[in-house]
Amino acid sequence: MTDGEIISLVNDSLIEEFELEDSVMVPEAEIFTDLGLDSLDIVDMVVVLEGALKIKIRDDAGLREIRTLGDIHRFVIAKRGAAAAE
Amino acid sequence: MRRVAITGMGAISPFGRGVAELVSGLAENRSAVKYLDRLADYEGLRTRVAALVPGVEDRDIARSKRRSMSRQSIFAVLAAREALGQAALPESQFAGGRYGVAVGTTISSLDTCENFFADHLLDKSFLRMKTSLFFKTMNHSAATNVAQYFGLNGRLLAPAAACATGCQAVGYAYEMIVSGAQDAMVCGGTEEFHPLSAATFNLMNAASFRYNEKPEQASRPFDSKRDGVVCGEGAGILVLEEFDTAVKRGAKILAEIIGFATLTETGSIAEPSSGAMQQCMLEALAQAGVKPEDIDYVNAHATATEKGDIAEAQALAGIFADKVPVSSFKGHLGHTLAASGGLETIATLKMMQRGELWPTRNLDEVDPQCVGPDIFSGIRRGDFKLALKNNFALGGVNCCLIVKSAANF
Repeated sequence: MTDGEIISLVNDSLIEEFELEDSVMVPEAEIFTDLGLDSLDIVDMVVVLEGALKIKIRDDAGLREIRTLGDIHRFVIAKRGAAAAE
Repeated sequence: MRRVAITGMGAISPFGRGVAELVSGLAENRSAVKYLDRLADYEGLRTRVAALVPGVEDRDIARSKRRSMSRQSIFAVLAAREALGQAALPESQFAGGRYGVAVGTTISSLDTCENFFADHLLDKSFLRMKTSLFFKTMNHSAATNVAQYFGLNGRLLAPAAACATGCQAVGYAYEMIVSGAQDAMVCGGTEEFHPLSAATFNLMNAASFRYNEKPEQASRPFDSKRDGVVCGEGAGILVLEEFDTAVKRGAKILAEIIGFATLTETGSIAEPSSGAMQQCMLEALAQAGVKPEDIDYVNAHATATEKGDIAEAQALAGIFADKVPVSSFKGHLGHTLAASGGLETIATLKMMQRGELWPTRNLDEVDPQCVGPDIFSGIRRGDFKLALKNNFALGGVNCCLIVKSAANF
């Protein structure tokens, strides 16, 4: 899966789960303010991303550093890459 | 003693969204019962009929609020929105601790539970579980979703008494205001249909199945050819308010609740008891300080089960003889279970406002064992001041409200 395909899958999953508009799905979008998510949503976001991308991220400390949609993309791409290298 | 006014009413019913839809369906003597194909998928379930709420649009509830709502919570919020809109309580008071919520359900959201366990039991994994599961299935889910949505931060009650839930919620809300603990309450019951409800009545030989091909005839309270309950769904929500405060702020008073009783029949968890029903009705009359001859109408629980209808008819005859008109709305609406108390109270008040009484649908011939009370046919017209509303539940919970029409204070 290419990075572009991963980004598309992440975006599509979040749009469906959180009823987001395509127009807000830009890398610099802040997840709490621009996407309107809260702490409960973040828990569910992890479940959704784990299911869509077949990765395990819920115990990853890097999750706490995520602020923007672009952060999510980079985090997930890195996790996919690490998983592929194992 | 503090008096309690009804200043708002909201309904999501098998006739559709809003009190107006409920009223037109009943006044026009229509049936909301439909054939449901998917019930044929269940082994051991004979009934194929139900009274479901036609498509309710919920996208105007923000996702951040809706994520914790099952279908029955959505019904409750939409009905509460209508009721609060009518009551026009001052929103500046919503967070003042004096406005509460009493909304109950028969059971947790079974749709939500079924969807979760269908996936979970594939591998017993909790990795796919989302946070909304608990908030949709906790016992006070509907009540707190109403409170959260509107920002009502007073007392939160989530009574659960199966078919008497709505009636009991209204009664407990009434007592909250009478006691001075609260000044206003949003109250009632809500129910989402699940085949398990129909299967439960089916198991006890109390679900209708002989009219599967004629669903509009299936629910037949008091009729000699009745064969059981038709399950339904919906939400009936009232806004109750301390009477003098409501008058002072210029609210339109729709009615007054003047009596309430709920008692538990402990002889059997399932068998209806005429004596226990009668005791509850008499207690409600005593609480209201009125005599049987003061009552102008009884809205019966009468779900079209063989035993329940007989027990209620005998109890009514023992108190009112044939002097008070009696009807049931289960013939139109099916049995909306936890929602029935709220929906049927709303309909009762609307009838009284219009100066007419609507008869029991599908009542061709009163069962000889139900003969005694005035279970009438055809619309009655007149001036109706006081009504008794009955709801009786599996689990032995009986519940009665006495309401006074607004034209008769």
